[in-house]
Amino acid sequence: MDKKSWPLWEVFIRSKHGLNHKHVGSLHAADAQMAIENSRDVYTRRMEGISIWVVESKNITASDPNQQEAMFEPAVDKIYRHPTFYNLPDELEHM
Amino acid sequence: MVGRMSTSSENSKLNYILHLADNSLILGQRLGEWCGHGPVLEQDIALTNIALDLIGQARYFYQYAALTDNRGKSEDHYPYFRGEREFKNFLLLEQPNMDWAYTMARQFYYDSYCFVMYTEMLKSKDEQLVSIASKAIKEVSYHLKYSSEWVIRMGDGTEESHEKVQNAVNDLWEYCGEFFETTQYESEMIEQGIAVDASKLKEKWLRSVGEIFNEATLIMPEGKWFQTGGKEGVHTENLGYILTDLQYIQKTMPGLSW
Repeated sequence: MDKKSWPLWEVFIRSKHGLNHKHVGSLHAADAQMAIENSRDVYTRRMEGISIWVVESKNITASDPNQQEAMFEPAVDKIYRHPTFYNLPDELEHM
Repeated sequence: MVGRMSTSSENSKLNYILHLADNSLILGQRLGEWCGHGPVLEQDIALTNIALDLIGQARYFYQYAALTDNRGKSEDHYPYFRGEREFKNFLLLEQPNMDWAYTMARQFYYDSYCFVMYTEMLKSKDEQLVSIASKAIKEVSYHLKYSSEWVIRMGDGTEESHEKVQNAVNDLWEYCGEFFETTQYESEMIEQGIAVDASKLKEKWLRSVGEIFNEATLIMPEGKWFQTGGKEGVHTENLGYILTDLQYIQKTMPGLSW
């Protein structure tokens, strides 16, 4: 098999229970099963994770970097969307 | 100081542990040769991971050998300062990497053996061996899954990959008979409930290898003649070259550490 024909996969790792899977990088593999195993070998050698997701890169639809202003700048002056205007009681930790 | 004479049973136990240690070490060393030369980065890392699992297993066994041996040697003595005739690894494991098909065929035959062997070792009367086996079996399960998938992928792949892996399993077949032979040191340890009686594992091994070959559309080799001797220290010429590499630094600068 020509290695150029191996598709690219995006790898997501969950580091522990209760946390989200996070994008950690990408790699090449012939199929989904091999992508999982390659991810295990490339990205979890130092106990980084307990769960792996892979998705073929071509299946990801990304926002257009040229649209950045229109996409994201309108949110900049709407600070009232952050819940930072409340006085939190002292007993509430980890907020 | 006059050393205590070791009994034959202590020697048998030491030899058995060294046989286990040497298997892991020599295959680990062989796989390490792929480091930086793998066909793709991902498989390069996968193989060196397996190599490191094996070197780790070898260390546990060498540490246990050092404890069993009453000559007060360190764990490093066994890999670095023994000669070729003292190594007790299977001949299969010293065979050269050749190409991916050979490397995977060798791995698959040995992983299939290790899986049934370590499973059996969990019942040993020797606590230390049980504890090493229970750690090793998790690693070996992954190795077996990995090498099985490659055998299937190549066997059931293109015409070229099928031919390459069929040739590799044919050529390496003659080194597999040794798995199931019983040496003098093993029969003593089997009697004491310490060693695994590998002669009883052949059917299981054949069945599990056969299942994967079936899925891989490969033909099971039928040769009845096998190369043997590795367990008793009689090796192919390949081992000498491996040891030359492996032992060079310690033989040039004994005791060097980093």
